[in-house]
Order: sequence, then structure tokens, then C-alpha cells
Amino acid sequence: MRILFENAQLIDPEAGTQTLGSLMVEDGFIVDGGGAADQTIDCRGKCLAPGIVDIGVKVSEPGERHKESFASAGRAAVAGGITTIVTRPDTIPSIDTPETLEFVERRASTDAAVNVLPMAALTKERAGREMTEIGFLMDAGAVAFTDCDRVVTDTKVFSRALTYAKSCGALVIGHVQEPILSKGAAVTSGKFASLRGLPGVSPMAERMGLDRDIALLEMTGAAYHIDQITTSRALPALERAKANGLDITAGVGIHHLTLNELDVADYRTFFKLKPPLRSEEDRLTVVDAVATGLIDIISSMHTPQDEESKRLPFEEAASGAVALETLLPAALRLVHAGHLDLPQLFRALAFNPAKRLGLSCGRLAVGAPADLVLFDPDASLKLDRFKLKSKSKNTPFDGAMLQGKVIATYVGGVNKTESLTDA
Amino acid sequence: MAFRASHLLGIEHLHPTEITTLLDLADRYAEDNRLGRPHRDVLEGLTQINMFFENSTRTQASFEIAGKRLGADVMNMAMQASSIKKGETLIDTALSLNAMRPDLLVVRHPNSGAVDLLAQKVNCAVLNAGDGKHEHPTQALLDALTIRRAKGRLHRLSIAICGDVAHSRVARSNIMLLGKMENRVRLVGPPTLLPSGIEHFGVEVFHDMREGLKDVDVVMMLRLQKERMDGGFIPSEREYFHRYGLDAEKLSYAKDDAIVMHPGPMNRGVEIDGTIADDINRSVIQEQVEMGVAVRMAAMDLLARNLRAKRGAKAAGVMV
Repeated sequence: MRILFENAQLIDPEAGTQTLGSLMVEDGFIVDGGGAADQTIDCRGKCLAPGIVDIGVKVSEPGERHKESFASAGRAAVAGGITTIVTRPDTIPSIDTPETLEFVERRASTDAAVNVLPMAALTKERAGREMTEIGFLMDAGAVAFTDCDRVVTDTKVFSRALTYAKSCGALVIGHVQEPILSKGAAVTSGKFASLRGLPGVSPMAERMGLDRDIALLEMTGAAYHIDQITTSRALPALERAKANGLDITAGVGIHHLTLNELDVADYRTFFKLKPPLRSEEDRLTVVDAVATGLIDIISSMHTPQDEESKRLPFEEAASGAVALETLLPAALRLVHAGHLDLPQLFRALAFNPAKRLGLSCGRLAVGAPADLVLFDPDASLKLDRFKLKSKSKNTPFDGAMLQGKVIATYVGGVNKTESLTDA
Repeated sequence: MAFRASHLLGIEHLHPTEITTLLDLADRYAEDNRLGRPHRDVLEGLTQINMFFENSTRTQASFEIAGKRLGADVMNMAMQASSIKKGETLIDTALSLNAMRPDLLVVRHPNSGAVDLLAQKVNCAVLNAGDGKHEHPTQALLDALTIRRAKGRLHRLSIAICGDVAHSRVARSNIMLLGKMENRVRLVGPPTLLPSGIEHFGVEVFHDMREGLKDVDVVMMLRLQKERMDGGFIPSEREYFHRYGLDAEKLSYAKDDAIVMHPGPMNRGVEIDGTIADDINRSVIQEQVEMGVAVRMAAMDLLARNLRAKRGAKAAGVMV
């Protein structure tokens, strides 16, 4: 089966180009363009890019299937142009044994419409005391190891886990935050926090967490990815660590790129995130760091929460927001605002995350899997949270105007948008 | 412009003329209270529920007396003892109460923003009696009334707010109110007890008590919570009193006719010397308590008028 995508704006993050042209796909892979096609798709000048690889998606299965299942997360990913979701192990129970990991893979393979790659916990029960069976878990298919938003405070445990992970060739993903300074914080400290009377954390807590982890990387040489860098204070340290040749990369969540602390306004709990939203200056500096490539990866940090856990006083409400479906349209705000061009955006959304995990997707090159997203960057839509495919509706973009719409998502050359609508 | 709000959640969203309207009415109630003239027709037939999720003796009593003087049927609910212990969420509690059709709901809650949240879910007028570290509007209004009566005006005064500003909702509401009425506000305290970003509040910040009190018209002391005293935010009680406690010597830096205020309850010998607190020439602390009732009467009166107007319009089928 040969499919020809013609008349498409091809967004190639690897080459950094955007050109009008065509792309040939055969049996699920991108191939050389020559020869006849069995099917031709006229893209009508819209954008065709590598499908998004989203690191750090919370699917609430096992444990809280009412918040998100693999089936609903898969549908949301398709709607959002995401072809690979890399799932977090902070479920109930944690994904910290080969047995629980196999459960995730089994569920994902039958239920999810997109590729699912699971991560496993770095320490048992994410408790920060004993490392997990990193070797077995890798054999079982774990692509990275992370305790998610919990910081391993015991530096001895953490350094041993990093050393062991390095010997296995495993990637460790960490959350940089000084846990004691940030204890109990609901927002970033400053004028807004003081006005609202909410407990705040200094942005310096992120820098302190990063400094510690960089020292441990110098010690252990492990491969390390920071889930989210959200403050300008942390950037010089990250830059130095990269210049010194450490195997370190950094990501940022979409909400920290598109919203700031003032969006919390009158205690809107859908804007409660971890780490909390930052100042506008921080947001702009971090956006700039994505443009220069200092920050490598943009993620959705998709975190489903039910209504009950959000309909509480701000301090008591749960953190996190769903974002699989809004990741691309929200990220396009950065393009429309002139901060990034489309190849730069897809470098952070697809190429870099795939490369960091050693995947062959995330590119438009011959031989890469035909995981693609066809989208119109200009179509506008007013978001209605109740129309989201996610089971949880906790998006901060409810009622917001978004510019950019996914037309179709292809996984292995198969149009999943179509097959989901049919079903 | 009259008083338009349907709830009293904070000072932040009040217009200066609304503040003046409320204080003018409170002034009249204060006089009538002294003359022993109740106005039992004002809230007649209305139900007032005091819902306190946090311990309070004086604020709750003040709201209760205010409601009773205006003829409301007042009910007190001690929320620590009831449904919260059974795991009911704040919103469910609010919805159940709302179904009983109260007219005025007075709420105190330990979480900032909790009263706003509750106000979104009920059809009655909500009065914030203190939410977390956010606002305590009736305290700021009663302080304003006390200042206005003592000083003859509520503008172009120099006012020092001293002590634990970081944990104080009273301080936040006062900073906003006094700023809106065009006064110069100074904050005095150790940096560990001042909130972050305070330099953006349109206030002057002092870490030295004597400098901070120099030539002020009003000295407003704040209560220091016991649990913050030992080593956490300040080294000790005695060092705090030495550096930031109000005594005659420090007060001498203020204007000769400066008044001394305290929202209560006082820690004598911690933030304020007992003799200053009792000095009838300087201290207006008892007057503050008295004005508390008058301000709360005025607030409930105005909110009830708006509530009745809204219900009347609804009954007549008019869109508002």
C-alpha cells in the first residue's frame, strides 16, 4: 500500500525547513517519492509534520480509570496530533515492577490508538528509598525512569540509582525542585501570591534542585532529562551543564510556555500546576530558551483530574491539567506570536523527544515510521472543555480562542482520525 | 455611586465611594448603638447564618450582635464540629445550606479563596469574615471607621502597619483599603514576616521600628501568632518584643496625637506593651471593637437592600 501526500507544507524539523511538496508512504514507513501510488491525499497546502512525541503523559490506569484510560487518552492524542505518548509511572500503584509495566503495555496495545511507550519509576513506590529493577524493567520495555514530580531527596539513593541506570544505558527523568523550600506551595512567590494570600515558592527552588542534580551528573555520568524547566534563573546552570558535556536535556510543559501566574486570577484551580505558573518575564525567557534549543522538548504534561479534586479551595485542590488535545493549538500561539517557526516547534515537539528516547520517529526522513500530523495552523476554534476526548476536562483553555486545528493524525501510515470517527 | 456589590468578599473589588457609603451608614449605626436605638426592621424576616470553619469568638459575636440589632434571625454553625469532619466538601456544605434559603451567609475559612468559591455556589449574600491569609474586609472597614472618627478624615494620613504582615489577612485588607483612600501606608516588621513582592504594593517598607513610626498618624499593630514565635520566623518572643514590640519609647517617634490600634486578641508583652494598650489617650482598641458591630450592621444592611432589589426584580420578571 503506497500513499502519496501531495500539495503539503512539509515541516521538517531535522532539516529545519518548511517546503511545499509531497511525501510517499509505503507500508507504514516514509519511502522515496518515485513510482505510482495506490492512494493520493491532497493536503491542500496545509501542514504535514512528524507526529508529536509527548513525554510525561499521565494515563490514570491502573488505579483511577475514571480520570483517564488508555482508550480515552489514545482518542485525545489522535485529536491532538500526538502519535506517541510516553506514559508516567505515577499511577496507583506506581509502575515499579516488570509485572505492573506489562499490565500497562497490554492495556495500551489493545486500547490505545497511538503508540504508547511506558516509563517506570526510578525508586520503588516512588518513595525515594530503594531503586527499582531497572534492568528487568528495561527488558520489559521501559523507555525511561522517573519518580515524576517527587524529588529523590536522599542524594545517596539518587546517586546510586543514576550510577546503576548509566550502567544499563537507561535514561533518567527528574523533577528539579528543592523539596523543602517548595513544601506546601500553591503558587510562585511574589506580588500575586501575597495579594491572594496563597503560600508561594521562590523560583530559586528550581535552580537549587537543578544545581544539585548537575553535581550528581558530574559524579555519575548518567543520561538525564529534566521534565520541566520553568524559570529564567535555572537557564544559565543548564547552559553550563550542556557546555561541559554532560548528557543532559530539558523539557518544559506547554502551560508554562503559554500562561503565567496571573491567569490563576480569582483562585481558578484549573490553573494550579506543579511547578506553579511563573511570572511573565520567566515565561518569555523560557520561550526564548526553546527557540535557541537550550530547552529541548515541549511536553503536554497531561495530568487528568476529576471535577471533585479541582472544586476545592485553591490550596487543597489537585495540581495538573489535561493537554493532549490542546498541546498543538496552544504551542502554535508561540508560532503566531513570532517566537518560533514551525520547524523549530516540531523540533521540540517531535524530533528532539524521539531522539532523546532513541526512537526512529519524529522525522520526515526516508525509513522513518509514517507517524504524521496534518494540520491547519490558522483555523481558529473556541475551546469547549466538555467536547474534549479526555475523560477529565480540567483544561485551563476552556473558553479560550485557539488558532490551529488537527485535520488528521496518521500512526504507521493509518489515518487514526478517520478510523476513530467511524468507530 | 451607591453600594452595588452583592457580596462582601474583600476590599480589592470595592470602589472608594462604596467604602465611603458603607462607612457613612456605619457611623449612623454607631451613634444609634450608643443611644441604645436598635433597628429591628432592617433585616426583619431575613436569616443570617454564621459559618465559622475556624475558631473565632469576637468576630462571630460581633456579627451575631450586628444581625440581632437589625432584627435578623441569626444562627451560628461551628463547622469544625460538623460535616467537615465527616468528609463533606466545602461546596456540598454550601449547596446544602443554600437549599435552606438563608439570606446572609457570614463565612470564615482557613483557606485563602474559599469564601469566593462558596459565594459562587449560593444565591444569598456572602460576607467574608476572614479567608486564610487573603482578606478580612469587615476588619479593614471597622479600622477605617475608627481612624476616620479619631482623625476626622480618612485620607492623607500616614499609617504604619506593624508586625506579622505575611500571615495577616487583616494587613492585606487594610493595605488595600487605606491605599484606595489615598493614605501613605508603611509596613514595619522583620523581613521574615513581610510577604514576598511587598515592594509592589504601593507601600513603604521598614525593618526598623523607630524609623517606621517616625511622624505617623496611626500605629496599627498586628497579632503575632504563637506558633510563629519560636525560631521559625523570629528567634524568640523576647527578642521580638525588644525590636518590634510597641512601647512608650518607640511610640514617641510617632506624632504626638498618633493613635494606637490592634485587631485583637492582643499578646500583651509580645507585640504591645500593656500600658500602651490601656492608655485611653492613645489606644482606640476598644473603639475598634465597638465600630466592628456598626460596620457589620452597615454591611449587612447594604447587602440586604441589594438582595431584596434583585429578588424584587426577579419576581417582577425584569432582567438584572
